[in-house]
Amino acid sequence: MAQTKRELLVDPLFDNNPITLQVLGVCSALAVTSSLKVAFVMSLAVIFVTSFSSMFISILRNQIPSSIRIIVQMVIIASLVILVDQILKAYAFEISKTLSVFVGLIITNCIVMGRAEAFAMSNPPVASFLDGIGNGLGYGVILMIVGVIRELFGSGSLFGITILETVNNGGWYVPNGMLLLPPSAFFIIGLLIWGFRTLKPEHVEARDFKIQTVEEH
Amino acid sequence: MSEPMNAENKGAIARFLAAPPDTVSKTLFVAIAVCLVASMIVSTAAVILRPTQEANKLRDKQINILQVAGLYDPAIDISDAFEAFEPRVLDLESGEFTDAFDPATFDDIAAADDPELSRALEDDPASIGRQSRFRTVYLLRDDAGALDKVILPLHGYGLWSTLYGFIAVEKNGNDIFGLQFYSHAETPGLGAEVDNPRWKSQWNGKRLRDEAGTLQITVAKTAPPAGADYHIDALAGATLTTAGVDNLVKFWMGEEGYARFLDKLQAGEF
Repeated sequence: MAQTKRELLVDPLFDNNPITLQVLGVCSALAVTSSLKVAFVMSLAVIFVTSFSSMFISILRNQIPSSIRIIVQMVIIASLVILVDQILKAYAFEISKTLSVFVGLIITNCIVMGRAEAFAMSNPPVASFLDGIGNGLGYGVILMIVGVIRELFGSGSLFGITILETVNNGGWYVPNGMLLLPPSAFFIIGLLIWGFRTLKPEHVEARDFKIQTVEEH
Repeated sequence: MSEPMNAENKGAIARFLAAPPDTVSKTLFVAIAVCLVASMIVSTAAVILRPTQEANKLRDKQINILQVAGLYDPAIDISDAFEAFEPRVLDLESGEFTDAFDPATFDDIAAADDPELSRALEDDPASIGRQSRFRTVYLLRDDAGALDKVILPLHGYGLWSTLYGFIAVEKNGNDIFGLQFYSHAETPGLGAEVDNPRWKSQWNGKRLRDEAGTLQITVAKTAPPAGADYHIDALAGATLTTAGVDNLVKFWMGEEGYARFLDKLQAGEF
């Protein structure tokens, strides 16, 4: 099952996307996608944390006692997340104000833990690093798609630049308020998963059971 | 040719690394080592970045004070422009300034948790729990040195979050110049429209109290009986944020808040 470097990077984008296929990291995808700028910074933060945590965990993988491996992984992930949070607060204050707790919550993002446990614990550092970047990118791609839809139709702008002039600002576009609320991201991600599965039928897992047909009498 | 590696000439570290990871001593060692290294990295980052972060927070507050006073322009130097303001600590009970605290370091929000400096509110429309008796206000003087505007901090609960902001009041103690929130977490697109410049511009020129001295300012869908001079239109689709803003403005401008200070301002005492 050796994968080339290219596969490590590209596979998680669409074929093995952490959000649409593995359905991980959905909660933060709901929270931070109402504006693209925030979604973009959040994606960068997740890419940074997944790639470096996977790399460090992979470097230490032969030394980590299995009894405390989850805790060791958490310590490494949490340290990186705090580092990102501190750097954002120092150099991107406005955005860190909007992201608020969600940067801290990267610690609990299942994608990071999932890659650490499933890949980094049994693969060499470079491959783990690339796998981390790939999965972070896969997360980012979905965030950006959802973000474009939510910001464009919810506030009539993209990256804060007005595209559709809203009524509140004297324009014509009546924004769809629902798109600014977290549940709308559920619908969009749901539709995306549907789309992915229609395009790539191999995503659809085999049924665990078969619905029985009622016998005709 | 590299030297042949065998058990005898390996160093202590190499021997330790080669040992199976599941022994008790190695488990302890790895746990302690990982924690130590991680905590060193985190605390170094925190210490090195703290000055920048503090500067950001201060700058953010200054920008907001400049914005509410209508003096902000992205091109200006923030700390230079901020020199125009004179920070003073105000005693809400007497409505007088006090020199007991240094305005540069006094933290109103932290003071609300200090039993010596604050009180628990029984009637608490703004849902802030405790209120500090002292608040840092900012006086803006004109070129001749006469008082022009006062910037008063206020805060209260909206729908999801406490909104922290400033209100700029003209020197007559009754006309509002502007209102601005610098920190809140209301719903984007609905409650967060408190940041919308069009909505904020309504505050300019509105009055706090009527001729009889009764507080009339209202944030609501329809104008109060007192008339349009005292009415700020509600935020569309954000009933609870609107109610929160209404409550917090009434609270801070009322008897529990800056009323005595505003009385004195109206009487021209400053």
